[in-house]
Amino acid sequence: MFASSDKTVFMPGPMTGGHHQIGVACASCHTDALGGSDVLQESCISCHGEDRKKPFDSHPRSKFTDPRNADQLQNIDALMCVTCHTEHQPEMTGDNGLTQPADFCIHCHSDIGKDRPSHQGMEFNTCNAAGCHNFHNNRALYTDFLLKHQGEPDLLEQPVLPQREFASVLGELIDYPADRYPIEQLTATQADAPNDINVETSVHNDWWETAHARSGVNCSACHEVMPEDGDKPVWVEQPTHQVCAQCHSLEVERFQRGKHGMRLAANLPPMTPADARLPMRAEAAHTELGCTSCHQAHRFDVQSAAVDSCLECHSDKHSLAYKQSPHFKLWEKELRGEGEPGSGVSCASCHLPRVSFDVNDWMSRVMVDHNQNATLSPNEKMIRPACMHCHGLGFTLDALADEALVQGNFQGLPAIHVESMELAEADHKRAERERTLSEEH
Amino acid sequence: MKAIHKTLIALGVAASVAGLSTAIAGDDAFTKPSISAKAMADALHLVMDSDRTIYTRKIVNRLVKKEKVIKASEHFEDDKALVLPAQMFRFGSELVAKRAEKLDDVNFSYSLQSLWPINAQNAPKTDVEKEGLKFIAENKGENYYAEETLGGKSYFTAIYADVGVAPVCVSCHNDHKDTPKRDFKLGDVMGGVVIRIPMDG
Repeated sequence: MFASSDKTVFMPGPMTGGHHQIGVACASCHTDALGGSDVLQESCISCHGEDRKKPFDSHPRSKFTDPRNADQLQNIDALMCVTCHTEHQPEMTGDNGLTQPADFCIHCHSDIGKDRPSHQGMEFNTCNAAGCHNFHNNRALYTDFLLKHQGEPDLLEQPVLPQREFASVLGELIDYPADRYPIEQLTATQADAPNDINVETSVHNDWWETAHARSGVNCSACHEVMPEDGDKPVWVEQPTHQVCAQCHSLEVERFQRGKHGMRLAANLPPMTPADARLPMRAEAAHTELGCTSCHQAHRFDVQSAAVDSCLECHSDKHSLAYKQSPHFKLWEKELRGEGEPGSGVSCASCHLPRVSFDVNDWMSRVMVDHNQNATLSPNEKMIRPACMHCHGLGFTLDALADEALVQGNFQGLPAIHVESMELAEADHKRAERERTLSEEH
Repeated sequence: MKAIHKTLIALGVAASVAGLSTAIAGDDAFTKPSISAKAMADALHLVMDSDRTIYTRKIVNRLVKKEKVIKASEHFEDDKALVLPAQMFRFGSELVAKRAEKLDDVNFSYSLQSLWPINAQNAPKTDVEKEGLKFIAENKGENYYAEETLGGKSYFTAIYADVGVAPVCVSCHNDHKDTPKRDFKLGDVMGGVVIRIPMDG
C-alpha cells in the first residue's frame, strides 16, 4: 500500500472542485510527507502566487506580516491560505472553496459602520454575498472605480472586444526561431514533411490556407522534435502541448493553470470530460484535453475553438442556453461578416478573454488567456477582462449577481440589483459636503 | 545581549544605504554588539525619512504641483500615475518584510500611521502606538521610545513624527474623501513612522 504510486486510499476526504483533478497526485500539494502548513503554503503559492499579489489581491500576505497585526492574526491567520481554504472538507466548503463562516470579514472590519456610515446595520455575511466585495480580487469593485463608471449605459456605444496581437509582435519575440522559420508566406509546394510521410490533401490544405503557412511555420517546425536523450530531431506524428509552447509559451502556460490543463502541469494524463464534475456530453467523455482537442490540428480555426469546441464537451444549463442568447446572435452576425471584428460574443470572449499580458519587462501583448479559471470563482473577476468592453459597470454587477440570468446565459435583463454604485455615489456626496463645510470654516 | 547583536547586523541594511562601511563576515569588530536598539532605529528612520522627503518633494510635488505633467494616485496602475508617497513608503516596508524573512540576522519592521488616517487600517492599534502618535503630535521635534509585547514577543518600538513637507502632502490629505481631518497646514505633524525591533530571539 505504501509502495503504490496511487495514495488516494489515504485521502482524508473528497477534494474541492478546484483540485479534484489532481487529487491522485498527492505530492502536487504535499511535497514533503513530513511537512506542515509551511510546506502546504508553498504549494498553494506555487500555482496561485501570481494572483495573490496587488492589484489582483486586496489582501496580499504583505498586509499582515507586520507584528502590529499579531492580535488580528490570532483571530484569523490571514498569512496562511489554508486558514480559509482547507482541502478535503466538503461538508464545510462553500463557494470559491471557502471553509470559513461567511461573516469572516468581521475579524478585522468590525467597526466599518463608523468609517462608512452607509454600512451601518449591514450584516457581515453580506459583504461577499451581496456582490459588493471579495476578499481577494476587487479590481472592478473598489469605490473610485465604481465612481469612475457611474452612469454608464447598460450597453456601451461601441461594444467591441480587443483583437489578438500575436502576429504583430512576432518580430519582437526574442525566443521566436525566426532564423530557421522566417516570417513569410509559404507556398503549397514548400511543405517540408519528409517524403515517406503520407500527408492527406485535407491536412496539407488546412495547413497552407491558414496562419502557420502564412507566417513561415513549416511542417518540421512542429513535427520535428529533439528527443530527450538524442542529438537529432525525429519526426513526431502527434506533437504535444510542449511543441506548441515553443512559440505560444504564454498561452500554454496559462492553459496549464486552468481546469483544462492543470493535469498536464501536474505530470498527469490529460483531463477528460469523464473526469469533470460539471455536466458533459457523454460522446465526449474520453476526449483528452490538449491544444489540439479545441484547436483542430493543421487548421487551428480560432472561431470553432471559441464556440464549437466548447460545446462538444460542455452540456450544463448555461452552455446549452448559449445558442439562444443575444451574445450568440452577435457571434453569428460577426461570422457572417455583418458585424465588425470583435462585436461577436463567443464562449471564449468571456471565459478565455483577450487580455493584455506582460511578455517581458518591456513588452505586453493582447492574447487569449487560456486559464479559464482566471475569470471565475467569483465571477466578478470577469468584469474587467470581458464584460466592461461592452457593458456599463452597474449593469454588469447586476447581471453577474443574478444566478438565474447567468444560468440562462443572459437572456433578458437582471432581476437583481447590487447597490454598490449608489453606495459609492452617496459616499462621494458625503465627502463633497465635508469638503464644502471645511472650506466655509 | 543576543537581541542587540541581531540589531547590529540589521543595521547593515541601513548602513549600506547610508554609505557607511559594510560589515566584513567573521570580523569581530563588525559582529560585536556596539549599538543600541535606539541608535539603530534612529539610523533607519533617518534613511527612511530622507528618501521619503526626496520622493515627495522632488518627484511628486515637482511633477504634480509645479510642472503639472502627471497625477499621483492611489490607483496608480489604473490611472497610469505616480504612486503616492505613502504607498512608496509602504511598498518599501513590505519589500523589507519579505526580504528580511529570509535573513536570519535581520529583523525589524516599520509602518506609517496616523491619528487621522485616510485608511482606517493605518490608525494606531497598540497602546504604545496610540500613546506615541499622540506624544509626537503634541511635542514637535521629539521622538517616542518604548518597549511592548505583541503576539508573545517583546519589541523595542520607536515612533517619529511624519511632517507635511510639501504642499501636495497637505492638499491631498485635506481633499481626500476618506480623510478625518481637512485642516492640515504645511509643516504640521500629519502622522508618525513606527519602527519595531524585536528584543528577543
